[in-house]
Parts: sequence; structure tokens; C-alpha cells
Amino acid sequence: MIRKLVLACPLLLGSQALADQPIEFNRDVRPILSNRCFACHGPDEGSRAAGLRLDDRQAATSLDGGAIVAGRSEKSELIRRIESHDELEVMPPQEHGEPLSQAEIELLRRWIDQGAEYQRHWAFTKLLRPQVPRMGARVPGTGMSGPRSAIDAFIRKKLADEGIVPTEAADVRTLVRRLAFDLTGLPPDPKQVEDYAARPSQRAYADFVEHLLKSPHFGERMAMYWLDLVRYADSLGYHGDQPRSVSPYRDYVIKAFNENKPFDQFTTEQLAGDLLPDATLWQRVASTYNRLNRASGEGGVQPKEYLAKYSADRVRTTGAVWLGTTIGCAECHDHKFDPFTAEDFYHFAAFFADIKEQGIVKSAVHIEKLPVPTPEQTQRLDALTRALEATEKEFQADTPELVAARVEWERELRSDSERWTWLQPTSVESQNGATLGVLDDHSVLASGPNPETDGYLVRGQFLEGDASPLSVDGLIVLRIELLPDKSLPRSGPGRASNGNLVLHAVEMSIDERRVTWQSARASHSQVHHAPEYVINGHKHGWAILPRAGQPSQLVLVGRLSPRDAAPGEGPLDGTSFEIRLRQSHGSGHNLGRFRLAVSNEAETGLVSGNVPDHVWSLVKLSEEERDGSQNQQINEAFRNATPLLQGVRDELARLRKQKKELQASIVTTLATTATDPRTIRVLPRGDWMDDSGDVMVPAFPGFLPQANRDSSQRLTRLDLAHWLTSRDNPLVARTFVNRLWMLMFGSGLARNVDDLGSQGEPPTHPELLDWLAMEFIDSGWDVKHMLRLIVSSETYRQSSRAPETLVSVDPYNRLYARQSRWRLEAEMVRDNALAVSGLLHRQIGGVSAKPYQPAGYWSQLNFPRRSYEHDRGPSQFRRGLYTHWQRTFLHPSLLAFDAPPREECTAQRSRSNTPLQSLVLLNDPTFVEAARSLASAAMGVQTSAFRERLHWVMQRALMREPRADEIPLFEALYNKGLEHYRASPEDIEKLLSIGATPLPDGAASAELAAWTSVARAILNLHESITRY
Amino acid sequence: MGKLSLASQTATWNRRSFLRQTGLGIGPAAALTMLSAEASSSKLNEGVVSPLHHSPRVKRVLHLCMAGGPSHLETFDEKPTLRDQHGKPMPESMTKGQQVAQLQGKPLNCFAPQFDFASFGESGQRICSLFPQIGSIADDLCIIRSMHTDQINHDPAHTLFNTGSSQAGRPSMGSWMLYGLGQECDDLPGYVVLTSVGKGGQAQPIAARQWSSGFLPSRFQGVQFQSQGAPVLYLNRPAGVSAEQQRRLVDTVNQLNRGFDDAVDDPEIATRIQQYEMAFRMQTSVPELTSLEGVSKQTMEAYGTEGADGTFASNCLLARRLLERGVRFVQVYHRAWDHHGNIKKSMEVTAREVDRATAALIRDLKQSGLYEDTLIVWGGEFGRTPMAQGTGRDHHIKGFSLVLSGGAVQGGTSYGSTDDLGYAAVEQPVHVRDFHATLLHLLGIDHRRFAYRFQGLDQRLTGVEEARVLQEIMA
Repeated sequence: MIRKLVLACPLLLGSQALADQPIEFNRDVRPILSNRCFACHGPDEGSRAAGLRLDDRQAATSLDGGAIVAGRSEKSELIRRIESHDELEVMPPQEHGEPLSQAEIELLRRWIDQGAEYQRHWAFTKLLRPQVPRMGARVPGTGMSGPRSAIDAFIRKKLADEGIVPTEAADVRTLVRRLAFDLTGLPPDPKQVEDYAARPSQRAYADFVEHLLKSPHFGERMAMYWLDLVRYADSLGYHGDQPRSVSPYRDYVIKAFNENKPFDQFTTEQLAGDLLPDATLWQRVASTYNRLNRASGEGGVQPKEYLAKYSADRVRTTGAVWLGTTIGCAECHDHKFDPFTAEDFYHFAAFFADIKEQGIVKSAVHIEKLPVPTPEQTQRLDALTRALEATEKEFQADTPELVAARVEWERELRSDSERWTWLQPTSVESQNGATLGVLDDHSVLASGPNPETDGYLVRGQFLEGDASPLSVDGLIVLRIELLPDKSLPRSGPGRASNGNLVLHAVEMSIDERRVTWQSARASHSQVHHAPEYVINGHKHGWAILPRAGQPSQLVLVGRLSPRDAAPGEGPLDGTSFEIRLRQSHGSGHNLGRFRLAVSNEAETGLVSGNVPDHVWSLVKLSEEERDGSQNQQINEAFRNATPLLQGVRDELARLRKQKKELQASIVTTLATTATDPRTIRVLPRGDWMDDSGDVMVPAFPGFLPQANRDSSQRLTRLDLAHWLTSRDNPLVARTFVNRLWMLMFGSGLARNVDDLGSQGEPPTHPELLDWLAMEFIDSGWDVKHMLRLIVSSETYRQSSRAPETLVSVDPYNRLYARQSRWRLEAEMVRDNALAVSGLLHRQIGGVSAKPYQPAGYWSQLNFPRRSYEHDRGPSQFRRGLYTHWQRTFLHPSLLAFDAPPREECTAQRSRSNTPLQSLVLLNDPTFVEAARSLASAAMGVQTSAFRERLHWVMQRALMREPRADEIPLFEALYNKGLEHYRASPEDIEKLLSIGATPLPDGAASAELAAWTSVARAILNLHESITRY
Repeated sequence: MGKLSLASQTATWNRRSFLRQTGLGIGPAAALTMLSAEASSSKLNEGVVSPLHHSPRVKRVLHLCMAGGPSHLETFDEKPTLRDQHGKPMPESMTKGQQVAQLQGKPLNCFAPQFDFASFGESGQRICSLFPQIGSIADDLCIIRSMHTDQINHDPAHTLFNTGSSQAGRPSMGSWMLYGLGQECDDLPGYVVLTSVGKGGQAQPIAARQWSSGFLPSRFQGVQFQSQGAPVLYLNRPAGVSAEQQRRLVDTVNQLNRGFDDAVDDPEIATRIQQYEMAFRMQTSVPELTSLEGVSKQTMEAYGTEGADGTFASNCLLARRLLERGVRFVQVYHRAWDHHGNIKKSMEVTAREVDRATAALIRDLKQSGLYEDTLIVWGGEFGRTPMAQGTGRDHHIKGFSLVLSGGAVQGGTSYGSTDDLGYAAVEQPVHVRDFHATLLHLLGIDHRRFAYRFQGLDQRLTGVEEARVLQEIMA
């Protein structure tokens, strides 16, 4: 109802305002047709009704099935139908909403009468550099000089046409604060404000702009926005929302903006850095762009479905980021409003079909992780690698001493192996239910249930022909070899999750006569788990960490119990044996695989302790019988065993461990790796289960200018990047400069920065937008150049405060007769409080940070459950853009200030004003701690006067002096606070101990607490969180 | 279309400025879009659908969200045939080419319902015997047995149920509701989410996306009450700051802001002042509300809770208090319905946690009269397979049940049905978007005329496909 009323008004006005200017299709007609007709009479063939197409002049005016007779509105079926009162005839049909308004009908009628001229949609037309309007030397009615820049010329021309006078320049303080937030996201240094305010010249302004553009914080500020576009986040996004490491990509973006990397190169590196010849590490890091999509680790996910989801996500995002269009809408059908077909969508998707990825990221284990070492890490890694090489060489070197030792070792090994007799078990039992089996090499392997504790009973016969296991005097030596096995945790030899085991006792009897152990030794023992513990009943037992995955040996020497032994009767004939192995540590520390052997020589050594089975047999071969490889294996075993090389071996182990630890500490990213492209088909109605669609190869959207190319070669992501940044592409430069404009003015020249297509609002200043786009391309895609141009304009420097008359004429500032004002971005709200209070940690780049967060906020996360540990130390005070971005539970203080979860591309954040924001500023410990820190700094000012201190704080926080009406308010707050804290001293400590920064001894005072209240008030001001 | 936002705009908007605007060479349709983008600055308590499209039957909504996907076969959909077929393969004609989740590549065999059903109430509704309390209010329930959805994994299925799309970034139904109708209370958020875990299954992760306002301004987002620490994030004033001091601080900030407004003339400041007032009120109202102080022992017993302990039962009690105080949309999650294995035991545990409190809450609403214009929704994001997954059931999207209650729907009735094996909705199938259309209809909103322009499209809760209002179930 109201709408009709409002829309009727231009009609009443028509004779004056509209009739005197010709209808312009893109500005006046396309929005109506697009909004009300194209859904059924537009580019989407699938949903086209009555074969009528209104987005194309030829079809619309065709004698055969058209609805428009150019020049003759009264003969045009279109007009007849939109005016019809017959509910069966009227267009749009009733179920598609209300009829067109009189104003709209009138407009269409006049357009047809004027010849029904169409224009190609503005954003798809070729980019040409428009003439800069010539303006007189003085701006009428202002006394200001004429425009100094092209930007001002375009803006002022339109203002002059409308008879509107631009607003004067903002005051120096406001301007400097605005500029600092716009270009670095941080408040200016109060000193800079003073310097500039003292001598505010054109030159000083230009210098300040340069200063900010050169600041490393510039890259951070630009990254803040770019990361929204590409949906950068530190977690997967679906279901369990597990973490993933991609922070090097953020570092790349910051660096790229700081180095002013040309935008075309920036584009290429992100889309196809991995495909560049001799790609550098950072070019490959840039290609992480392709893997920033949400991904799932949910059990029951069908990989094919999710690969289709990820693929569509990339088209949607890349379309939104570079083309500024909603090509993603063509996933299920041709685009309803823009000429993208469903085939275009899948052609586009095919560019990304070569990305190596998983449909389901099981247990959050990612593939293709690229380590990105810091320069120091690279240096250390190189040094370690060199040291390792040198030590390896030393390990392999031959000396006469080693040669001699090897001969001796081999000899011993041969004789040692002859001294041992393997025990062949005929039965093995587990006391608590493990499954024990005997392998071909006589070893016993445990499997099945792994009880908390267990006892194994091994029985067998000594074979005839074996040497007697017993010496004349009843001496017996038992060897227990622990062997690794792939079936065991960490390859064993134990069954505990870390590969360990603890052996507490070994009970052996021969022919039912018991053996009493006298000594024990082992090839290796864990600290506090000595081999003797097996025979003396010590509760710690014997264990082998850290030698998981490697063989170890335990050798026990004993005698048959005296009462059974009959001394002097000659050798005893043992025929059967029984051995119990007791393992009572708990949590499954049981033996996994072991082998038993006996000897009757007490001196039998452990020389073969680390010698693999096959080497035992190899050493029995004579020199001539061995081939090179066998010789090598023996050599290897010798070097691993000989005490002569113990020092070198230890050194090797130490270096390897260091290298491993260093490698594990290197941050990784999910760079792109190309593989054989997956087959991409058109999915009818987006249905991933439907394989009936045609196979698509990479191709550019059909209606946009094509690149010259060799048609026989499959196009790659590199070709895509080059096409995007070619001079012929009409969308990319327009999209980007429109967004730069938004960052500096609060909204784009074309308002919908995410949709330059026909459903988006056309630009208010199309020539200016095109001029900026051409300037961008001609400057070599120079981002800093464009920002410099914009912020140097008078248009940018205007005050954001406008007279009532201007506000009523142009409430949304479409004409830029003033600057806009807006609440700071979420990250900047945080950064500002940290910066003015002196807490901000200014490290550029690095892994994500975890600021304080209310306990339990992550309690909805699962698989696995997680608890949040906030950072301690300086990283607690990093800028908001480094905050760990948990997609499904974004940090609540950022979320409250409209930071997006980055599940999808966000080209423009909403800006709300909510009670939750007030709660954050009032009660989030970050802001309370910042207030305390600001108050502490104020206490350091050498004065006792309240006003002088207040003056200092206001300068620091808001770059201005307190107004006369503000002083008593602050003073009252302070005095009441002082009263309270003097009366309740226990509250002082409570308030001042909030946060991680320690309070210096003796600093706690009622005054500091009261000043903290004042600082809290300042940080809560609307002015503190607003860019004017 | 932007039309609705326009309606809200014009109230505060100078008509003359519009005329000037259109005179500036911006096409009228473009001007409309522009207005829609500015909707964020309209007043907090006003909805954009004013007047409503038709007279509403419902003023508030209570969504008892059974996250994880309750089995319809052990709750509201009795299938004796499935019992007979236990252990036999499902007919391939049914399952061929259909999606399965964890049963990919596994044999698909029938799995008998694990519990008996019984007749309840005068209506004789058939409900699983695990739910005697819910059974006792059977005459107040409208059971939809023919729901179906598109998404077979939890995260996207939930997102679809809450926002009408499996793609992230869309507003949840609660946000749409606040956007359309505005907020009733001025000391509590208009849309509150309560969650609880259970003991009968793994806890479903629930993304904040489920109550996000998506592309709508974030003041329409749901506020999740925490079960640990302050119920609303950052609600508690800092240690060492008394209530009186906090009050003084807020007063001072507001006064300073007013003074600054005089200097810079910024309408956002007036809103900021309102929000500080609201924040301050919440610091009092929320703790009073969540402490459950003054709730009688008898009431506690009726719900099956012993106090504010974060269980589903105590959350139901809390939900009643929220609804009483004018909160428009309350969502109470129970997160333990994903019963892939040992469904028998899991159902017993979970039913115990949910049955009594659900019934107590509905009875309570009846007693207080809120029942008449409250829509109560009980159900999950999908159902579970008639096929066995070991001793449990897998995710299932072709047919499941959803229960509605409240004065606006016909109690003691059921709607639609699945086939004999409980596999697919066959009679009067109801897609999730049909439920959304019905929900909006009951609130006085025509879903086709309720849109927000985003990325060039008129985005609706019900999406682009036809959605049907279930007139037949209305009282």
C-alpha cells in the first residue's frame, strides 16, 4: 500500500523531473524488468514462460512471439498485460506479487514510445576511460577552489547538476583519525595528530597518507577485508568444525598488500600460484586460496556429494570475489537475471577440478600440507641437515680400529648364535583372555583383547639333538627377545598404546624343577625400570621406552634349585619347560611379540641385542659367499651395535630428534597441488547423484569476452587468472575499485558490492566507477595508487556532519556531498582499545591468537570436545584479525560487532547496534584490562590535577580535549568511584587484577581503580568505536 | 522485493526526501533496493510486516529441537510390518539409487521397531510406549508423519531445518520471525536458544549458524543462553564493580553520548543509548529469570528437574519463563538423538530425559493461557532408517515425524503417512519448506511476500521452490 503511494509520486513529479530526461534502459527500465519479469521471461530457458524473452531486444520485439512494438506502446502486448485488470491476463501473475505501479507502467510506456532501446547491462560493457568533466576554477557558492582530482570532478559535476553544495573539509583531528582507521585500522599516534594539527598543509596531509600507506599495519587492514571475501578461517566449518592450519595464507595477504603487489599478480598467485613455473614458496602459499572452502569430517558424509559442494562453493566464491556477480546462482539452472548459463557454472567449476582434495576430512587429517618455515627455521633446518650429513659420514667412515672390531664382532656373533637354542613353544596361554599365537620364527604374537594386566604361560619340549640347556652345574641362561610387529601399537614390541610393556617376573621350571635367577641384564632399559626388577620383585618391573618399534633383549642367568639338583651326577637332561611371564603394570602394558632362547654359558652376551635375524645367518657365510648387499647389511648391523660408534650414534639420534621436532614446529598451510582433473558434469538441478549431464571442460562464461587461446589445450587455473586480469575483462577492475570506494566511503558507487549484475543497483556515478577501473588497470593494478587517489580527494576529506537540508535531500549520501560515518569493524573496535591503552602487541603475521573468551562458549563443539585455552603472554594482545576464526563459534566479541563467520564470501558486513555490543564493551575482560592499562598510564602523568589527567587521557583515546560539559560528568564518576574504592578496598584488588598484565607492586590504589572507571567510560563511548 | 523494508522505512522517513531522491536520476526500482539495504536502522521493536498479511493465529514459537535425528519408528510412527520383516532385506525398489549415510556399501536389512506403541487420549493417537507423558497430552498433539528433507548429514540438515537452505549464511527462522514481527519485550532478547546434552548418545555439535541472522542485521540473531558462567555472554559486570557503580557508568556513558550527539548529530547515538539501557536491564532480568528462584518444588517435580542444572528438563522450565516474559522464539535443543548403535538402550535413556519435561511444559502453557497463541514444535532434522545399522539406525531423509501443538493446530490428529516400512512419506508429504510456510502463515505472514534482498535476489525463508501452507492441520 505504502509502496504504491510512494511510487506514484515520481509520476506526479514526472512532468518536471522525469519527462525532461530521456529514459535510460540500464538506469530506469532494466531494474523493473529484471525484478518483475525476468524470472519467467529472462535468460533462463528452463523456466521461460510462453517462449517470451524480455532481456533481449531482438526477442522482445520480434513479430513472432515478442511483446514490444518499438515506438508504439499502445500496440505492445507488454503494456496491455501489465495494465490488465483481468486476473487471468495481468502480468506479473498475481502469485508473483503485486501488479506494477502506475509509475512503473508509465515508465515502460515512455521507454517503448522512445524506441524501446536496450543497453547491454552496464557492468558487462567494455571498459573505456570516460572524459573527466571540466569544471570552473571555483565551486559555485562555496568560495572553495575547483576540483583538484578527477574524483572530485565527477562528484562535483553531479552535485552542481543537482544544485547541491559540498560540505567543507573535516576538522583536522577527525580527518587524521578517519584516515588512520581507513588505511591501517588503528587510531593515529596522538603525536602525529598534534604534528599535523600544528601545520595542516596539503603537503603535510600527503606525507601523512604516505606514512600510513607505508605502515606495516596497512597490509593488516586490507587483509581484514580480503579475508572476509575469500572466507579465511581456522576451522573446517561443517559439523565437528575441527581446526586446520592455514595462517601462512593470511601472512601472504598482509605481505602482498604491504608490498603493493600488483592486483593481477595477487590474483594469479592465489588462483594458480602452484602452477607458476618455478613457483616460490610464497606463491604456493598463496594458492591456499583454493582450499579455504568449508569442509566436512562428519561420519556418513558421501565424498561425491561433498566434492560437489566444495566445487560449487569455489565457483560461488571466485565469482563473488573477482567478478562481483552471483554466478553461483547458476548451479541448478540458468541464471534468472544475468546471462550466466548452468553450463557456464560447470565450465567454471572445471577450472578447479585439478585440485587434490578429499571429500571427507577424516579425523581432521588433511592432505597436501605445505610447511612454511620462518627464515630462522629454514636456517636452523639447513644447519641441522648439514650436521646430520657430516655425522652420517662419520658413522659410515672406516678406520683400522673399526675394521678390526668388525672382524671380532662377527666372530662373536657367530659363536653367540651357536650358543643359543631357541625354545619352541608347544602351548601358549594368556591368563586374562589375550590371543597368543606362535609364528614360524618361534616368536609368540599377542592379539585380540588386551587385558589391563596379563600373565603368559609358555610350555614346550626341548628337541632331541639340541644341546642340553643345562650346564653340568645346573646353570641356565634364558633370553627373552622383544620383537617389533606392525600389528602392535606403534609397532610394539609391547601392547600399550605407546608400544611399551612392563615385565615384572619370569618364572621358569624345567621338568617341574624351578629355576632361581641370579642376575639379569638387558640390551636397553627404561629409566627406573631396571632388568634386575624382574628377578627381585621390585614393583616397577622392566620396560623399554623410548625404544618402541625396535627389538630389545632381556637375559636372565639362573640355576635349578639346589634341592632338586643332584651335584656330581653329570649333565642334567631337561626335556620339558614351563615359563610364566607376569605383567602387572596395568593399562595393557603386556608383551606383544617375543621369542625365547636358552644357553648354558653364563657369559653369553647381548652382542646380538640389536641384530636383526637375517644378519645372524648372514654372518655365517664366508666373505666370498656374501654379495655386496649382504655385506652392506652386516656392516649396517655392526655399526648399529659396536660400542666404538656409540657416541656417533647418540649424536645422530640427537640430531634426528631435533630435526623432527623442528619440522613439527613449522607451521603448515593447505597449498594447492594439481592432480588429474576430476570429471565435471552439469548436475541437473544441482543434483550430485545425477550423472546424466554433459561433461564440462574449463571455459569462460560465454557472454563475456573470451581470451585468445590455443583451443586444443585444456585451460588451467592460470588461464583463468590471466583472463580475469586481462584488459578485456569488464568486471574485475570494476568490482575491486567499487569495493575500495566502499572501504573509504562506507558504500560502493554501485551499492551492491556483491552483485554488479542486473539485480544489483546500478552505480550512482557510472563514469567515475569506469574511470577508476581504467585508472586501476593502467596503473598496473596498483592498489596503493588507487587508495592514494581516493583519500587525497576533497570528496574524501569532507566533514561527515551535514546540514539538515542536505540530509533530507540525500539521506543515504548517494551524492557524496559529505563523508559517511560508521561504527568501526569488529576487529578495529578491539584494536582501538588495545592501541590507546598501550596493550597492543604489534607483531605482524603469524599463527592465530586466542584472546580471552567466556568459559563454556565452545561447549557445543564435539568430535572431539574442545576447551578453549586463551593465550598467555603478548599474543593475548594481538590485533583482532589474528583471532582464531572458529567458523561455527566465532569469538563472541567479534561476532557481536558483526564479524562474519566466513562460511561464505562476505563482501559487505552488516553494521548493527545491539545490547550485546554494550555488554562486550562493558564487561569483556579485554576492555576492562585495557581501561586499567589506560588508567595506569594516566596515573603516570606528572600532575595531581584531575583535569590535566583527563585531558591527557582524552587526547590519547580520542585525539581531542574534553568538552566543557563533559568534564563534570567524568569528575563525578571519578569522585564516586574513589569514594567507593576507599570504602571497599577489597574491590580495588578485584577490579585491578582482571586480565593477564600483572599490576606492579604498590600500584593498586583507590585512585587507579577510580581512573579505571573513567577509562571504561571513555572506551564505551560511541565516539570511541565510530569513524567520523 | 524490498517492499517490506520499505514499509518500515517510510514510518521514519521523510516522504519529501524520497521524491527528491527519485528526482536525482536514480530509477525508482533502484531506490526501492536502496531502501531495503537501509532497513537496519529501523526501530528495534517494530517488525517490517506491518500490518500483518492476515490475522495471526500464533504470537510466539517454542521449538523443542531434537538434534541428531530421532527415530520416527520408535516415537510417533508405528510400523508393525517392519517388525514382521525384521532381518530381511529392504525391497531394492525402495532403496535403489537413494542416499544413505553411514550405511554406504553395507547390506540394507529391515530392523524391527524396538518398542511397542499404545493408544493415548480420547483421540487414541498411537505413540510409542516410551513416551507415556507425551501420550497423556495426545489430544493436544498434531502429529505429522510425512516429513521429508534433502540433507542426509547433520550439519546441512540442521541448517536446512533452521534456515530453509543447506548453504551457510541464511537467516534462521527465529531471525526471520523477529525481523517480520519485531520484539515484544525490552529486557530480554526476542529470540533465545537453550541447549542441553543427554546421556543416551553422543552430543551433536550445533553451530551458532543455527540461530544466526545470516544476511539480516545481526540484532535479529538468536541469543544462546550459556549453561556455564553468565547465562548471556559478558552479562556479568566485572569483579570489583558494584551494581551501583555499573549503573553510574552506564548513565555517564549515556550522558556523554548525548552530549556528543549534540555536537555531531548522529542518529545512531540514540540507538546506542537505548542499547546500553537494554543491556543494563538484561543484567538484572536475565539472572532473575535463569535462577529459577521462586519455582515451587511441585513444579520442579512435574518437569523432572531439581533446579537450574542445564538439563533438558530445566531448560523446558526456563523456556516457559522466557515465553511468559514475551520472548518470541525459544529453541530448546536436546543434543543426544543420533542413535547409530544400540538404539534400544539409547531411546530408553533419551525418552526419559525428554518425555516428562515436554508434557509438563505443554500443560503449563495450557494452564497459563499462553498455549492458545503459541506454536509448539517437537522434532529433529531428519528421521532414522528402517534398516539396521548394527543395533541402531542410520540417518534418514525420506520420511520422518514432526509434532505440532498449541491452540492454532488441531490437537488429537495426525497428518500424512509413510509406507508400511516407514521408509518414505507417501501420503501428503510435507517438505521442510512446507513447514516453514505454515509457520509463517500462523504468524500472520504470507511466505511468498516476505523477502529480503540479498545478492540480487529476493531471499525467502521458504526458498525458490513452491511451498505449501498446511491449511488442513489448523484448528
